[in-house]
Amino acid sequence: MCAKLEVSKATFSYNGKRNIFEDISFSVDEGDVFCILGPNGTGKSTLLRCLCNLYRLQSGSIRIDGHEISQMSQSMLARNVGFIPQIHTPTFPYTVLEVVIMGRTPHLSMISVPSEKDYIVAEEAIRMADIEDIKDKPYTELSGGQMQMVLLARVLAQEPRILLLDEPTSHLDISHQIHTIEITRKLAQKGISLIMTSHFPDHAFMASKKVGIMKNRCFMEMGSADEVITEDNLKRAYGSDIKVVYLGGDIGRKITVPMLKSQS
Amino acid sequence: MSGEHLAVKPINPDLQIKLVLVALLLAVFFTSLFIGRYDIDPFTIVMILLAGFIDQVVGFLSWPAAAFAPWQHSLSHVSGFIASFFDMIASLVHPIYHTWPPVMETVVWEVRFPRSLVAILVGSGLAVSGTTFQGTFRNPLVSESILGVSAGAGVGAALGILLDQNSYVIQLFAFGFGMLAVAMTFMISRIYRSNPTLVLVLSGVIVGALFSAITSLFKYIADPYTKLPDIVFWLMGSFARASIKDVYITAPVLLISMSVLYLIRWRLNVLSMGDEEARALGIDTGRLRALVILCATLITASAVCISGLVGWVGLVIPHIGRMLVGPDHRKLMAAAILIGGSYMLLVDIICRNLTAGEIPVSIVTSIIGAPIFLYLLKKSREGWS
Repeated sequence: MCAKLEVSKATFSYNGKRNIFEDISFSVDEGDVFCILGPNGTGKSTLLRCLCNLYRLQSGSIRIDGHEISQMSQSMLARNVGFIPQIHTPTFPYTVLEVVIMGRTPHLSMISVPSEKDYIVAEEAIRMADIEDIKDKPYTELSGGQMQMVLLARVLAQEPRILLLDEPTSHLDISHQIHTIEITRKLAQKGISLIMTSHFPDHAFMASKKVGIMKNRCFMEMGSADEVITEDNLKRAYGSDIKVVYLGGDIGRKITVPMLKSQS
Repeated sequence: MSGEHLAVKPINPDLQIKLVLVALLLAVFFTSLFIGRYDIDPFTIVMILLAGFIDQVVGFLSWPAAAFAPWQHSLSHVSGFIASFFDMIASLVHPIYHTWPPVMETVVWEVRFPRSLVAILVGSGLAVSGTTFQGTFRNPLVSESILGVSAGAGVGAALGILLDQNSYVIQLFAFGFGMLAVAMTFMISRIYRSNPTLVLVLSGVIVGALFSAITSLFKYIADPYTKLPDIVFWLMGSFARASIKDVYITAPVLLISMSVLYLIRWRLNVLSMGDEEARALGIDTGRLRALVILCATLITASAVCISGLVGWVGLVIPHIGRMLVGPDHRKLMAAAILIGGSYMLLVDIICRNLTAGEIPVSIVTSIIGAPIFLYLLKKSREGWS
């Protein structure tokens, strides 16, 4: 089977001297959720930006269905790949609906404005992200977490086949974190491929088929969540003691428990 | 809302605002025709306008009448019939007698009418380019001159005046140097690859400073009795010398560029979310930004080459527009065009009537603009971050 997104020997550097990551290869299939873990500053966000051609690779290739992404037009790429940045600095007080409908841009021609149909898609995305109550609010007045949900709705309205989420849960309260995880699972069932960075190994257990831990410019480990998220690997990646515990009963999944230095 | 008590369904508020703005522009335009040193009452203005309009129509109709004139008396002939038919219509639509002195007609049609048209064109042009620049650079404090177009135009005009050129050459120089300055800004910004919008603004500041220095140099070496006043006066802007020719020359460039910016109004929304996000949303930001800069610069250069430098309009009008219709460029562009035109025209009425002599436009726009801007800053501060 042909992989949907295929990255081979990708190397990136901002200044041509020091590589942020090098020689990275992996592939993501339809309906996969690939979760990238790793300490701060290892280039997870940079990798995501390369995957949607915001940054150009130094060497290596990124292909979608066999097509090199650097050869695609920007709008063609945006119809295939959606990206949510981790931080957004707003300038003008657009309403939430106006921001979400911007997700329809890759489907519009240069001089057209969103149509009735685009509004239907946007409303559906707003429903899915559960932000109907703030639909008409200026998004400059939202909290960081609300803004993150708005950006999620925007990328849903974009209807891409591959979704890149840069720490989608970083500003969210616990119920919205779970809601976001549930959305990712739902999207994966629809056949959309997701790649997300996260600081929570637990989210990887809940949502991911595939997990990679980035450290020292490349993936230290890659595989299923069970294989990769082990106490040993977490110690190597983060340098702290984190226990991985299986909770049985109606929970039925593994969780990670960080240990305090004084405990261990 | 008490709307439900009304029998009439309230019309869409966006449309309502637009209609009010159109009405305002028409009202100011009409007012600008009868206010002035030479007194003409509004009724006579209406008659002069109607008569002038009808003269045009009659002139148009009399063309076939003249063409078929040789057969006018052989009524059996079809052409003869056509000729007398048009003659008849022409006599029917000419019920207005010129009861006013011809000087009134000159004042209205050759002085005030073109002057008001120029003021509207310049005002809406500057407002549109200011609006697009604020959106593109994601900065509510930039104006249409941020990339150096005004500074460049100043150098061009000063050079033209120094070299004793006629007004057409001065306009051409102003336009050309305005474009040149922005081209330089654009080139310099290409040297650095990161954060394109910030680098553009910084290059604009550099180029603006350079060209202002050159203007100062020209002022310094200009003859203080003949040329210096001309340069200074040009740098403060005026519509006093506006003629219908200015409209013919600049209107095509202005209208085409404004139409392009209006057509891409949705993309301006997305561009104002920042370079990276706009690209993630499928926009080739490099190319779009180049198009926006080209159009906005053509507009500003055309505007200032006929009016001289007019400050504050491109800065203040977009804010007034945003306060009325919100930041969405789909509504904001039309609002900016309408408000910009009315505002500039209003300013010009003040300029030519407040004192015995003409006051330069920029003086009035600054005096009115500063307090308005202060008020807007206070009012919508929470909207920016």
